Amino acid sequence: MSEMSSNIILVILVTSFATYLSRFLGVVSSEKIDETSKLFKWFNCIAYSILAALIARIVIFPYGVLQDADLWLRLFVVIICVIVYLLSKKNLVYPTVLSAILLALLNNYL
Amino acid sequence: MINSKYFFKGFKSIKGIDSPALALGASFIAIGALLKNIGFNLEQSIFSTFLTYALPGSLVMAESFIVGASLINIFLAVWLVNARLYPMTVSLMPLLLHKSQPRWKYYLSCHFIAVSAWLIMKSNYQSIEKKHRIDFWIGIGTGTWSIAIISTVIGFLAADYLNKDMMIGLAIVNPVYFGCMMVGAMKNLQISLSIILGAILGPAFFFISPEWSILYGGVLAGTIAYFVGELK
Repeated sequence: MSEMSSNIILVILVTSFATYLSRFLGVVSSEKIDETSKLFKWFNCIAYSILAALIARIVIFPYGVLQDADLWLRLFVVIICVIVYLLSKKNLVYPTVLSAILLALLNNYL
Repeated sequence: MINSKYFFKGFKSIKGIDSPALALGASFIAIGALLKNIGFNLEQSIFSTFLTYALPGSLVMAESFIVGASLINIFLAVWLVNARLYPMTVSLMPLLLHKSQPRWKYYLSCHFIAVSAWLIMKSNYQSIEKKHRIDFWIGIGTGTWSIAIISTVIGFLAADYLNKDMMIGLAIVNPVYFGCMMVGAMKNLQISLSIILGAILGPAFFFISPEWSILYGGVLAGTIAYFVGELK
């Protein structure tokens, strides 16, 4: 058991180091980048498109438990919730609460 | 040291109709339950969210841990999925840098860079004077990070009461929240194009390389959007 738990601590440390590394290197690079430069604008576009790619990936090719819900169900719930977001004048509470209830119910009953 | 007026102004961003609290809460409740199910104890689960605070990284850690991956493989898998934090940091920190502010604030608070806090800062920084932005940012980061840690505890304790459909329901909240935030961020051609192309090319590259799809798709989409926006 103690070997197991020291192993878990190592896994956590390795995970957090791998995560902090990109944040740290980002700050180092930021010292030399002016917010009005073209390089900054390019990184800004890449940041938004990487996030969009990540979100689309989680919906279409998910990690973990979401794999057990049908792809069309996931897409249906996301589209309905984005429409609710736009109709509710950009209220984020309605779509997020609705998404959890809708997918849990549809996945259970369909 | 830290201007409390701006710190609390940032901290309060976890309230209100565009609050990330629900989305973060749902995701980290799911993480807390997942970590309990794969054999972490409560302290280890808290420690994990405290030190990592990046959702896809924690999911990848859990999946690698279950299959007994080596530490090197866990490092590479997590680094790859969290490499998006590099362009996110580079497109945020120059907005917060100010000569009068000590450097340690930037190197410590970059730990708070995660999608939710980043999107809130990106949509609010213009309303804060540059000198005070880092304190405002530390407020946002402390608020969102606290929610993540508290939710991990709740998820860990509630794990036995959450059935599979409830876990699936919790897991969809995060992409829905971020999807809505991204739609809300489409304020000019360059950003809108970055988001739309990223959402198409990211999954498209999955067929070529699942591990690298987000980086390949994201960098290509962002570069195309950048040049189209510059030509306009």
